[in-house]
Amino acid sequence: MPVTTINGREIHVDDEGFLTEYDEWDEDLAKVLAANINVDLTDDHWAAIKFVREDFKAQGETPTIRRVSTAGGIDTKKLFQLFPKKPAKKMSYIAGVPKPHGCV
Amino acid sequence: MTTTETTLVPNFDDDETDRKIAFICSKGNLDMAYPALVLANAALGEGIETHLFFTFWGFDMITKSRMHDLKFSPVGNTAMHLPVGDVRIPQALAPMPGMQPMATKMIKDQIAALGVPEVPEFLDQIVASGGKLWACRMSADMNHLTESDLYDGVEAIINASDFIEMTDGAQLLFI
Repeated sequence: MPVTTINGREIHVDDEGFLTEYDEWDEDLAKVLAANINVDLTDDHWAAIKFVREDFKAQGETPTIRRVSTAGGIDTKKLFQLFPKKPAKKMSYIAGVPKPHGCV
Repeated sequence: MTTTETTLVPNFDDDETDRKIAFICSKGNLDMAYPALVLANAALGEGIETHLFFTFWGFDMITKSRMHDLKFSPVGNTAMHLPVGDVRIPQALAPMPGMQPMATKMIKDQIAALGVPEVPEFLDQIVASGGKLWACRMSADMNHLTESDLYDGVEAIINASDFIEMTDGAQLLFI
């Protein structure tokens, strides 16, 4: 697994750049990750990212868009506005968890 | 272990906007409704322009009076197994009374167990994700249906030429 330097810290990531160590994430790091992919974080973004992290911790896997919408209470249309085009991958990246494995 | 000097950032291809995909949904059996829905949903999640065109039996997927009650039949399906013991349902028994409701319930339960929505709710999700639904003119005329009979998320009833024109350059899947 590669190690990359983000915000002056060494961070473990996979071949694409997604974080592989849940506990290496913090909110300051998330701000840098978001900036890397041109997302300006608002309170709505934070709500989604925090749900993704909590759900990953509880379920052991990254939630899909559908799960963020049904269990997290943030509707699908909103997710596409907040994280244009690829909400699931962008949320995962900023939240420091792997890409979702589920199909739906 | 490798350490990269520059920050490794996933490539989300934000500028790549030319990929387009269209699904032709021609079946109205419950099991054959799902392939296009699952793949269309995945395509939308990848930021790809996605269209679904409903034609012939696929019209049931978007007809208000039928879309909530699609059925699955084990008739003619030799891959239909019972959930326990990997037992095939003999084709001679497949048309027996009660088999279709039982098989339909079984599939619905299996799909629900994965957290995958039923057809109408799945269409809601696809429309909310930016997917475009189109109804076939000939199928509407054959069934004497108008737009008011169809799911609200359907953009319009269009003819075959419109569909061919609209999917210029798109990848096509006939299901």
